[in-house]
Amino acid sequence: MANTLNGNVPPGQLSDKWTQYKSTVSLVAPNNKRNIEIIVVGSGLAGASAAASLGELGYKVKCITFHDSPRRAHSIAAQGGINAAKNYRNDGDSIYRLFYDTIKGGDYRSREANVHRLAEVSVNIIDQAVAQGVPFAREYGGLLDNRSFGGVQVSRTFYARGQTGQQLLIGAYQSLSRQISLGNVELYNRHEMLDLVIVDGKARGIIARNLVTGKIERFAAHAVVLATGGYGNVFYLSTNAMNSNVTAAWKAVKRGALMANPSFTQIHPTCIPVSGEYQSKLTLMSESLRNDGRVWVPKKLEDAQAIREGRKTANDIPEADRDYYLERRYPAFGNLVPRDVASRAAKIECDKGNGVSPTGLAVFMDFASAIQRYGKSKAHTQGIHNPDEATIVKLGEEVIKEKYGNLFDIYVKITGDNPYKTPMKIYPAVHYTMGGLWVDYNLETNIPGLFAIGEANFSDHGANRLGASALMQGLADGYFVLPYTIGQFLSKDIRTPKIDPNQPAFDEAEENVRKQINNILNVKGSQSVESFHRRLGKIMWDYCGMSRSAEGLQKARTMLKELREEFYRDVYVPGSNDEYNPELEKVIRVADFFELGEVMIVDALNRNESCGGHFREEYQTEEGEALRNDADYTYVAAWEYKGWEEEPALHQEPLVFEAVELKTRSYK
Amino acid sequence: MKLTLKIWRQGGEFGNGKFETYQMNNANEHMSFLEMLDVLNEELISQKKTPVAFEHDCREGICGTCSMVINGQPHGPLKGTTTCQVHMRHFNDGDTIVIEPFRAQAFPVIRDLVVDRSSFDRIIQAGGYISVSTGQAQDANAIPIEKDVAAKAFDAAACIGCGACVAACPNASAMLFTSAKVAHLALLPQGKVESHKRAKAMVAQMDEEGFGLCSNYGACEAECPKEISVANIAMLNREYLNANLSRSDS
Repeated sequence: MANTLNGNVPPGQLSDKWTQYKSTVSLVAPNNKRNIEIIVVGSGLAGASAAASLGELGYKVKCITFHDSPRRAHSIAAQGGINAAKNYRNDGDSIYRLFYDTIKGGDYRSREANVHRLAEVSVNIIDQAVAQGVPFAREYGGLLDNRSFGGVQVSRTFYARGQTGQQLLIGAYQSLSRQISLGNVELYNRHEMLDLVIVDGKARGIIARNLVTGKIERFAAHAVVLATGGYGNVFYLSTNAMNSNVTAAWKAVKRGALMANPSFTQIHPTCIPVSGEYQSKLTLMSESLRNDGRVWVPKKLEDAQAIREGRKTANDIPEADRDYYLERRYPAFGNLVPRDVASRAAKIECDKGNGVSPTGLAVFMDFASAIQRYGKSKAHTQGIHNPDEATIVKLGEEVIKEKYGNLFDIYVKITGDNPYKTPMKIYPAVHYTMGGLWVDYNLETNIPGLFAIGEANFSDHGANRLGASALMQGLADGYFVLPYTIGQFLSKDIRTPKIDPNQPAFDEAEENVRKQINNILNVKGSQSVESFHRRLGKIMWDYCGMSRSAEGLQKARTMLKELREEFYRDVYVPGSNDEYNPELEKVIRVADFFELGEVMIVDALNRNESCGGHFREEYQTEEGEALRNDADYTYVAAWEYKGWEEEPALHQEPLVFEAVELKTRSYK
Repeated sequence: MKLTLKIWRQGGEFGNGKFETYQMNNANEHMSFLEMLDVLNEELISQKKTPVAFEHDCREGICGTCSMVINGQPHGPLKGTTTCQVHMRHFNDGDTIVIEPFRAQAFPVIRDLVVDRSSFDRIIQAGGYISVSTGQAQDANAIPIEKDVAAKAFDAAACIGCGACVAACPNASAMLFTSAKVAHLALLPQGKVESHKRAKAMVAQMDEEGFGLCSNYGACEAECPKEISVANIAMLNREYLNANLSRSDS
C-alpha cells in the first residue's frame, strides 16, 4: 500500500476557502520580518514576483539565478498571453468558468482548491501588471484587448503582441530591481544551486556554484523557495531555453522532496518542425495563431507524398482535397482544441502518411481564410464596398501582421518561407512540464520550509495545461499566493536566530557537491556531454513522449540505464571547476536528467490510463481518444527517490472532487 | 559549407586575449549561427581542446543573452535580428567570419565571447521601474491608454537588454538602452508620475558605470535587434532636461 499524502486543503466551501484562509493564516509582524531570511532560487515570473513581493513585505531575500541577469529567465519566451477571469468581454466568463476550464483541461488530475485559488487571483495579476507598466494590447477606446486560447469558449487572454512573457517578466524584473535598490533583496546572478541544506528537518539553505569563478558558496536562510522552472530539456529537443534544467529541483528530490506526476509532459502542437541532426532546440509558434490559423493535411496520400518530395506545394492542393482534421473531428472547438488533443491529432495524421515536410513530420497551419475574412472586413470599414482580390489580400495581411507580426517574422527567419503566402508547417514538440515538486495548498513541499512555485511545482495543471495559463500560475504563486502561505511556516520561526552557514549540515552538503563535481571531471572519457544529452533525449521522446506503451517504457528504462552507465564511463568534460566552464554546468544538469528520466518512465508505467498529455496506447477509446481510469488513478503520484540502485517509492495524494463532476473530456 | 572562423579567445590558456583561426568544413546553410558554433565546439571537444565560450539561452531572439560581434556588426549582418536567429544561408561557402565579444569598458570580458552586462541591471535598479508594490493596483481598465500611445510604449519596452547598442556605439554609450526604459515608462500615465526622478537617477548610474556619451551617431538604432528608435534618446534628453529644471524633483 502506497503512503498517503495530505494536501492540507483548508475546510469550507470551495469558493470561500482562500478568503477564509487569508483571514486566518498566521502572520509575521513587520518587526520580525526584518530578521527573517528567505532564499528564492530562480528569477523568472514566479521567482522574480515572489522575491519582489517578499521584499516589499519586509523579509530579507536572497535571489539566486544562474543567468547573467534575472531578465533572461525563460518566462521571457512565452508568446501568446495570460488568462484572467476579468469578463471584460461580457461573454460569460467568471472565476468558476476559468476554474472549471482548467480542471477539465487538466483532465481531472489537479487539485480543485489550488485551481480555484488560481482563478480567483488571476484578476489581480492583470491589475498588478498594468500598474507596473506592462503594455498590454489595447482597443481604440483605450481599454484592454483579449483573444481566445485552446480549450475554452470565451476570450479571456490578455496579450502584449507576441511577447507577453517578455513584458510580464520585465514588469516583475523591474519590481525586483526596485527591491534590490532598496536593499530588501540581494541578487546573486551567475550562481547555480547544486544542493539543498536541511537542518533539523527544515530547509535552511543551499549550496551554489559561482559560475564565473567556480567557487562553491553557502547560502543560509529560514526558508527556501524553488522557482526553477520545468524539466522539458530532459527530451534534449524542446521549446525550452538551452539552459533550462531540473538540477535545483532534483537536488531537492535527492534530499527527500517528492516529485509529483513527472510523466505529465506537455507536447505543444504548433512548433517549427525539426530540420536536421545538428538542431539544438525547437521554436514554438504561439497557440494564439490557432485563433486564425486552420490546420490541415492533404486528403490524398499521393498529394502528401508529392509535397514531401517537392513536386507540389500547399497552394496546389484544391480546397476539396484538404482535410481540416481538427474542424472535422472536433466541430465545437475546431482548431482551438487543447494542446494534448491537437498534438495527438497531428501525430495520427503524420503516422497515416499525410505529413507534409521531407521528414514526414509536419502539418499545415493556414492563414488564407483569415486573410480573406479580415481583408473584407477592413475594406468595409474603409468604405470600399466591392474590393478586388488584391485589395482584400493586402488589407487582410496588414491585420494579420498587426496581430502576429513578430511570430511570422520568427518563422521567416528560421525557415526562409513566407507564411503570408504559403501555409506554415508545424509539428508538436515538448514545451512544458505539468509534473514537478509535490506541494500542498501552502505551496510547501514535504520538506518543511521548502517551497516550490511556478512550473517547478505540479499543482495546478493536472495532466494537461491550457494555453496562457503558465504565466498566470507563475505570477499567481509569486505575487499573491506564496507571500501569504509562507507566513504559515515562518510564523513558527520568529524566534529562530539567523541560520549559521558554518554548521555541519552545510559542511556535508558542500562536500557532497565537491565530490559530484570531482567525480564527473575525473571520468575523462571521450564523448561530449552534448552527445549523451542528445541520445537521452531521443530515448525519452521515442518512448515517453507523445504516446507511450508498457512495452516501450520498459525498453526505454533498460536503454536509459545502459546509456547512463556509459555516461559515467566515457563522458569528457574539458577544463576544471575553478573557472568559467559551461561544459561543467551542462554535465551536472545532464547527470540529473538521467535520474529524472528514469522516474518519469516509472511514473508513466505506473499510470495505467490515458489522461491529458499522458497517452498510453493500451488505454484509448475506439476513436483514439484518451481513456481515463478514474476508479484507480484519481490521485497524484508523488515519487520518493531512493538512489539509482533502488526503486522509487510511490506516495499517493487522492484527488477529491467536490465541486465538479468527473466526466469524459469532450471537445466535439 | 567551408568556412574560416577567426574567433576572439580570452581567459584561461589564452590570457589577455587573441584571435584564433579555425577551419570549419561541415557547416550547412540551414544551421543557425549558434548551431554552427555548437558544431565547432563538438569538434574542439573531440580533440580535447577548450570549446569557445559564448552565451546563449532561448535561441528565439527574445532573451537577449547572445552577444557577439560578427564581421564587425553586433548580432551579425541581418537587420533587426539577434545572433541566434541568423542562419548560415546568409553566408557564402568559403567565407572568413570574424567573431568578437561586445566590447565596452562597462562590459568586461568574462571568457572568450562572454561579457558581464550587469551594469545594465544596475541602471534599471537605479530607477527603471514604477514604484508600485504588490496589491496596490487599481482595476486594469481604470486607466484607459490610447492605443497608439500604448503601442509606442510597447515599441520602447521591446528592448531585450542585450547590449548591442553599446557594442555598436563608437563611444560605448548606453543611451539607447536607458532611453528605451525611460520612454516606455514615461509614455504611460502610470509611469509619468516619477518620470523626472527616474531619468535623473538612471542617467547618473549610466555615467557611474563608465558608459560613454551620446554623439548622435545612430549606430545603436541601426544594430539594435529590436529596432529601438533613437527618438527615445530625444525623449530621454527632454525628460532629463525637465528634471533638472523642475524644482520638485531636485
